[in-house]
Amino acid sequence: MNRKYRINSGILFVFILALGLLTSCKGGKKAPDVDKPVTFTQDNAAILQDIKQAERIFNALPSPLESAMLIKSAGAKFDESVLNPVSNMNRYVTSKAMALNLGVYTCDLSFASLYEQTQLLIDYMNAAKKMADGLGILDAIAQEDINNLEENINNTEVIMDIVSQTFMNSNSYLEDNNQPATAAMVLVGGWIEGLYISTQLVDMKDFNGNKLVSKIIDQKLSIDILLSLLERSKGNPAVDELMVEVGKLKAVFDKIKIDASPVRPEYDPATNTTILKSQVKTDMTPETFKELTAITAQIRNSFVK
Amino acid sequence: MRLLKTIIFAAFLAFTFSSHSLAQCKAFAKKECLPELQKSGFTHDGNYHAAVLIEGEEAELYKTFYSDMEYRVAIVGEARLPAIEFRIIDTNKNVLYSNKDKDYAKTWDFKLEASQQLKLVIKVSSFNQPGDTPASGCVAIMFGFKMKK
Repeated sequence: MNRKYRINSGILFVFILALGLLTSCKGGKKAPDVDKPVTFTQDNAAILQDIKQAERIFNALPSPLESAMLIKSAGAKFDESVLNPVSNMNRYVTSKAMALNLGVYTCDLSFASLYEQTQLLIDYMNAAKKMADGLGILDAIAQEDINNLEENINNTEVIMDIVSQTFMNSNSYLEDNNQPATAAMVLVGGWIEGLYISTQLVDMKDFNGNKLVSKIIDQKLSIDILLSLLERSKGNPAVDELMVEVGKLKAVFDKIKIDASPVRPEYDPATNTTILKSQVKTDMTPETFKELTAITAQIRNSFVK
Repeated sequence: MRLLKTIIFAAFLAFTFSSHSLAQCKAFAKKECLPELQKSGFTHDGNYHAAVLIEGEEAELYKTFYSDMEYRVAIVGEARLPAIEFRIIDTNKNVLYSNKDKDYAKTWDFKLEASQQLKLVIKVSSFNQPGDTPASGCVAIMFGFKMKK
């Protein structure tokens, strides 16, 4: 009887521990929502507490693929000289450098693929693979993916699907293996590279009314998301360093004005699409743009050095 | 000694169980959520957002959407979960869309005249069975885009 009791206690302990780990998950914890008064019976109070503690927040930065797509949609021309050369890849030996440059190379890879730079995109896929392998991300980019890329080298849609899939393999591996700091650094690397490429491709003679400039202004909307993403891993020395750098960038973005009218959704039954109608007025002086370009280059160059 | 063995065994089981569950979540996202984007020609952005949620639990996601793109958001929960409700809310707290009005549709297609930061609120509804253990399962959130025509 005594023995049975001990075994049952062990099983109960295993169950509680497993349940605890199972219900834990990625994402930041949300502060209790005091705005929503909800009445629960006393029996449900503990469950409610669990639910509140388990509530979570995701901060979604534009992926490297989306950043590259934004540059292309703004009509920018391809320029290989603004990318991080693949010859730099052997320099990156720390986890931080590899994580940041996995993001950087994935953005460069996306940029090259959208502009049908066939040889370059294979080179960048290999560089991204080296970073992912270095971080111990199993099978993020398999040799099969590179072969698949080579076989479909002229099919942009297939290439974008491969790039998207390999990026998802990396960030899901890091999230599932409880490495949110590394996952955040990969995203930061990709986002900064997208911003760097955009700022480098702006011709100051064509500043006013430049579509690429308006896409750069739009990145102000993501700077707080970026800081919240890093905040989740505050205390990690590499993340703390990045937060200081991103704080400098935010200070410049804060000088840009964005005034938006209220959003009005309008459903189009013909396309089954909702159009979010709103007007926006933005104001960024050439001086602020130059400042933004300089601080972005400083941060990005510290990633790729 | 027996207690130590139990703790080690418990930790091992819990780690294995947890990793397995998260890996299953990724497999679920790829199998059930990703095709919801691809079947209409949207390219998945490559970001991964999935979590094990329980009945009544809520999650929030913040993301910037850009004016030159068409987007599809796909939010899919495992079959053992009750309906997944999601709302899209702007920075002025106006609800722009709720899938509750569309029979809990899994996807929503939209485009924007001006880039916006939006909030998605995802809630696992409840089976309303008092006394039962709350159902739990994976919920995947994915975004697809294409250039605006």
